[in-house]
Amino acid sequence: MSFAVAAAGSSPTEYVSHHLEHLKVGEGLWTFHVDTLFFSIVLGALMLLVMMMAARRATSGVPGKLQNFVEVLVDFVDNSVKESFHGPREFVAPLAMTIFVWVLLWNIMDLIPVDYLPLLASKMGLDYLRVVPSADVNAPFALSLSVLVLILVYSVKGKGFAGFGKEMLFHPFGKNPLLWPANILLNIVELVAKPVSLALRLFGNLYAAELIFILIAMLPWWIQFIPGGAWAVFHILVVPLQAFIFMTLTIVYLSLAYEEH
Amino acid sequence: MDVSLGTLVGQAGTFLVLVLVTMKYVWPPLTQAMEERRRKIAEGLAQSEEAEQALDKANAEADEIIREARRKAGEIIEQASQRGNQLVEQAKEEAIAERDRQVQAAEAEIRQATNQAREALRERVAELAIAGAGRVIESEIDDKRHREMLDKLAAEL
Repeated sequence: MSFAVAAAGSSPTEYVSHHLEHLKVGEGLWTFHVDTLFFSIVLGALMLLVMMMAARRATSGVPGKLQNFVEVLVDFVDNSVKESFHGPREFVAPLAMTIFVWVLLWNIMDLIPVDYLPLLASKMGLDYLRVVPSADVNAPFALSLSVLVLILVYSVKGKGFAGFGKEMLFHPFGKNPLLWPANILLNIVELVAKPVSLALRLFGNLYAAELIFILIAMLPWWIQFIPGGAWAVFHILVVPLQAFIFMTLTIVYLSLAYEEH
Repeated sequence: MDVSLGTLVGQAGTFLVLVLVTMKYVWPPLTQAMEERRRKIAEGLAQSEEAEQALDKANAEADEIIREARRKAGEIIEQASQRGNQLVEQAKEEAIAERDRQVQAAEAEIRQATNQAREALRERVAELAIAGAGRVIESEIDDKRHREMLDKLAAEL
């Protein structure tokens, strides 16, 4: 690990590139982004803890503040699922809830001032730290590839192996064997495009957000609150919106996979 | 890594703006909506509780009314049977009194009739005695003996 200094006197390029460097362990294909893993796991654990606490304390009477909050969340997600997925919801709804809350927590990390946690880490001897898991392309891809697996599972579950195979071969051009290669090719492109677009949309938004925050941090300190404030307030909208889009598209993809069309 | 104080303060300014906006425009409607939801749930539960209590109360009242009605019905039957017994008793007493009265009247009548008959008989007996005596006297007068007796009577005067 190299030791980079992003001081007030260091060049802007160094400052930015330092901020875009992950805390890494390992090499090549087996490089682990420890910061992304750490924050995504901690946030996931936090989510589970809070949800479990709410679930354990749940009453059928007047809900407490936490239960009320979680109920609002569950209602919201369940309604979203109900609208677009018309199969059994006992797995899809919790999946959507997990995706929504987890991605939301990832994105919220973007609102913490960009230098604070890296500075804290550097005091503890860690040279690099990126705190927004969704601004690391690996995390959104991990999530969207899991969704791809679920798309395949639900395709088979909804249509059976034969039905799924038929769809791969016959759609969209027709049953003529001459058209099979073209059909397969198009279907594979369509299948692959789903996780790629899902992951890149989230990653792009949050990466750009992080980068702009880093750039704003290089302005004179007394002016930062104007563009920074505007950008942060804008992200009150972007942060939940991206989480919502990721969840909704997951539901829609699963519903497309599950249903005959 | 070395970051200037200015950068940190500047980022704090950014964060402050975010917090202020959240505090002023994001948080209140959210908490209000949640509080509203909580209030509605609480109200709904309270109402159902109230309705349940009202139902319980109505049931208890109905039970009470039925019990009261039974009690009254029992009382009325009791009274009626008492009254019936009284009437029968009274009728019996009256009947006995009537009988006694009639018996007495009949006895009185009988006594009167007996007396009358006795009176009539007495009169007839006297007449018959006198007639018989006349006949006896007619046939049995003996001058000599009666003269003697009459003389004696006259002597006693």
